[in-house]
Amino acid sequence: MAKSNKPIFWGLFAAGGTVTAFVTPALALITLFAAFGAGMDMFTYESIHAFAAWWLGKLIIFGVILVSLWHAAHRLRVTVHDFGVRADKQVAIVVYSLAGLGTLLTLIYLLRIW
Amino acid sequence: MNSKPYVREVSKTTWFLSHPRYKRYMAREVTCIFIFAYTFLLIWGLGALANGPEAFSGFVESLRSPLGVLFSLAVLVVTVYHSLSWFIVTPQAMPIQRGEEFVPGNIIVNAHYGAWAVVSLIILFWGM
Repeated sequence: MAKSNKPIFWGLFAAGGTVTAFVTPALALITLFAAFGAGMDMFTYESIHAFAAWWLGKLIIFGVILVSLWHAAHRLRVTVHDFGVRADKQVAIVVYSLAGLGTLLTLIYLLRIW
Repeated sequence: MNSKPYVREVSKTTWFLSHPRYKRYMAREVTCIFIFAYTFLLIWGLGALANGPEAFSGFVESLRSPLGVLFSLAVLVVTVYHSLSWFIVTPQAMPIQRGEEFVPGNIIVNAHYGAWAVVSLIILFWGM
């Protein structure tokens, strides 16, 4: 049987869908809380910094951003096609480049937090 | 044989308006734009975190702007819709068989809602 690397990518895609379904609404709620300044002691610079400085915190942040980013990028590519744009190659280059840039920035930022 | 086959005209840009099911599909697809943009907001916040307390308070200040509030609110509404639509199809996406019978769909869906609530509460209480 021919070997294929598709299952790995589809697995990551499904992981991205699951993570965004479970986690993103709560994260949006957090930025909304931060915006209204509700609970001034919540999500302070110190507490978030401490979480991002912890190795497991780094891993969680990187994992959530990585799968969300690539999952959304792939779906964005399909959505653009669904809206009638027939330039899949160019669209793919743009969305995957953005996802790659986001991944790189996430790595750099996480490595700078200690 | 017919030399001129019938070709049904389908609009490339407005095809999804023709059926409610297509509209729901498209509404779900469009949520990815918000998820993509929101992930970049998180990366921006992470960069501010790496740049120190002053940069971070500048980031929070941007969240407080009318545009920031509107964006967070839109992302909240849109991603809740995305999550609901994701969990509702789980019985079809991953049916669980017990012996001869399949586990009823509503049990699988409700289990996901429960897990979703627990995960959300853990995330919210983490920062307290």
